[in-house]
Amino acid sequence: MAAANSNGNGTKPILEVRNLKKHFPIVRGFMRRVVGYVKAVDGVTFSVPEGKTLGLVGESGCGKTTTGRSILRAIEPTSGEVIFRDQDLGPIDVVKADKETVRHMRRNMQMIFQDPYSSLNPRMTLLDIVGEPLVVNKVARGSALEDRVAELLRRVGLRPEYMRRYPHAFSGGQRQRIGIARALALNPQLIVCDEPVSALDVSIQAQTLNLLEDLQEEMHLSYLFVAHDLSVVEHVSDAVAVMYVGKLVETAETEELYMNPLMPYTEALLSAVPRPDPRMEKNRIILEGEVADPANPPSGCYFHPRCRYAQALCSQEEPALREVRKDHFVACHFAEELSLRGVVELTK
Amino acid sequence: MATAQKERDLLIEVRDLKTYFFLDEGTVRAIDGVDFDIKRGQTLGVVGESGCGKSVTGQSILRIVPSPGRIVEGSILFHRYSGGNGSSEAKTVIDLTKLDAMGDEIRSIRGAEIALIFQEPMTSFSPVHTIGNQIMEAILLHQEVTEEEAREIAVDMLRHCGLPRAEDVINRYPWELSGGMRQRSMIAMALSCQPSLLIADEPTTALDVTTEAQILTLMRDLQAEMGMAIMYITHNLGVIAEMAEEVIVMYLGKVVERASIDDVFHDPKHPYTRALLRSIPKIGQKSTAKLETIKGMVPDPYNIPSGCTFHTRCPSYMPGVCNVQEPKMVDVGNGHLVSCLLYDQGE
Repeated sequence: MAAANSNGNGTKPILEVRNLKKHFPIVRGFMRRVVGYVKAVDGVTFSVPEGKTLGLVGESGCGKTTTGRSILRAIEPTSGEVIFRDQDLGPIDVVKADKETVRHMRRNMQMIFQDPYSSLNPRMTLLDIVGEPLVVNKVARGSALEDRVAELLRRVGLRPEYMRRYPHAFSGGQRQRIGIARALALNPQLIVCDEPVSALDVSIQAQTLNLLEDLQEEMHLSYLFVAHDLSVVEHVSDAVAVMYVGKLVETAETEELYMNPLMPYTEALLSAVPRPDPRMEKNRIILEGEVADPANPPSGCYFHPRCRYAQALCSQEEPALREVRKDHFVACHFAEELSLRGVVELTK
Repeated sequence: MATAQKERDLLIEVRDLKTYFFLDEGTVRAIDGVDFDIKRGQTLGVVGESGCGKSVTGQSILRIVPSPGRIVEGSILFHRYSGGNGSSEAKTVIDLTKLDAMGDEIRSIRGAEIALIFQEPMTSFSPVHTIGNQIMEAILLHQEVTEEEAREIAVDMLRHCGLPRAEDVINRYPWELSGGMRQRSMIAMALSCQPSLLIADEPTTALDVTTEAQILTLMRDLQAEMGMAIMYITHNLGVIAEMAEEVIVMYLGKVVERASIDDVFHDPKHPYTRALLRSIPKIGQKSTAKLETIKGMVPDPYNIPSGCTFHTRCPSYMPGVCNVQEPKMVDVGNGHLVSCLLYDQGE
């Protein structure tokens, strides 16, 4: 599948994910017999252009976090290809890379976590936390290390004097900045941001998003931005990919996806977002039922039991991800026939 | 929602409420002089960032403020109507702050007339009892029914809350249900005794948007049917816009603005409310512009700024005024109350 490889304006993708799969075995009984698989990620294809942000959205359990972690080899993917254009090593297939390569690659590929309370070791000072990647990779030590950590802290808007303090002395927003400083320590090319602002307050969320945008400009970073808040994703992303039960169901440039969704699931997601305007007419599509079980998904299109446009074909045949409009890929049999409403029309 | 009802009767009157936490490090004034009313059948939205005292407000009404917190001043008048939600028959007024927090009277109100739903339905249910037993416990405690009848009420309530196969769900344990189903069961439990006030403390924050939309619709439908008032506590301005009729905005234990839903979103007066509204990304309005932020962060609760507590972060800060003088609530018209010195001068 050549899907979504030519995202945007010709910039070379820094990350290309092709048919990535992660199946977790379900084991039962004394003999640890494998009785089935949870197909958390089941054939996902997308790419992140250099210096851009790809938003990855979906409901909980859709596999978006697993996708992010598989890309970093924080968990072992089952199959597929993840091509990362490393600035030192050139293009590498992360899935097949050996230990040494992975270790080197992680200098250039970092992660920011959702929960700033559990992702920082409470027994380490900021100097230890932010400096750890530098020490582990033998980049700096001693006073050079302190200088570098001070610079990193300054860059994320924290005072360098705080270097000797422990994480408990900081608020949620500040801790998230510490996590960002740690991710930046080795001058990475790509950062996987896993719900970086969902645990933060409204005013702190705006500060953190602005910081991420500034850093992207200054350091020419690329982001894979995993989140469930569609308003935040719209704000930060150049392109967006929507996942449902382990599969990519739609991907397009942000504005195109929000204005002209082609997949009924995307339409429903957009319609469910609470709008901060009491005068707005709400023409809400309420999805019935719940997200399908990835261990036992429905036949055909996984979304068909909840889809209001479903027809007989939907329960029989699984739709492939195909390009319906320029750079707009969707996995729906009836993408051309349906006229779905975008964020603007949903309120009319 | 039915805003055009007859002049509605008061249900809750909170006056100058102060709830402090006495800790070794100092006293945290979690709620520091809060006034508001809730009318019968009304939805009051309570917004603010973490630490502003919105949850403690709910806990104070139910008298479940965790130790070492204590209500130190003020009153919470609860108007108790004998004829249920529909009628306006003879009523008694009880000051909830005067009751013994462990006494019989508050226990007869808590869970029966004022119910609470929490943010995290996983941790607020007991994992070792079935959903049914937990709902029946509430019913048996407050209503004179037999166990069979209680079971019937519970099944009925679950069905009402949109749970498929309610007869089956009632025998399940909370961990066997999904987040959305647990929150539906939580609502069923809260409403099983037909309360006149439902305090909803961030009930959809842990849920996905699609499930959130289901739960919000459910709550609105149940309100239309049963007529209870809802005090909806959240930090999500989008949810507030959908649910509330009147809103109070809280900052550091104080109400800074109180207005109708329309005024809060279309004519906000307090600089904090304005800044909050500007700092959220709005879907469908993609722009390359940076989000506007509120500078700094919520001050340390042990060290609250003098004068107007927001002055350290306020874009309209007037030196010599805001850091000295404490603002009072002023009415800027139509019952739109704001506590800001920009509106508090000269008159």
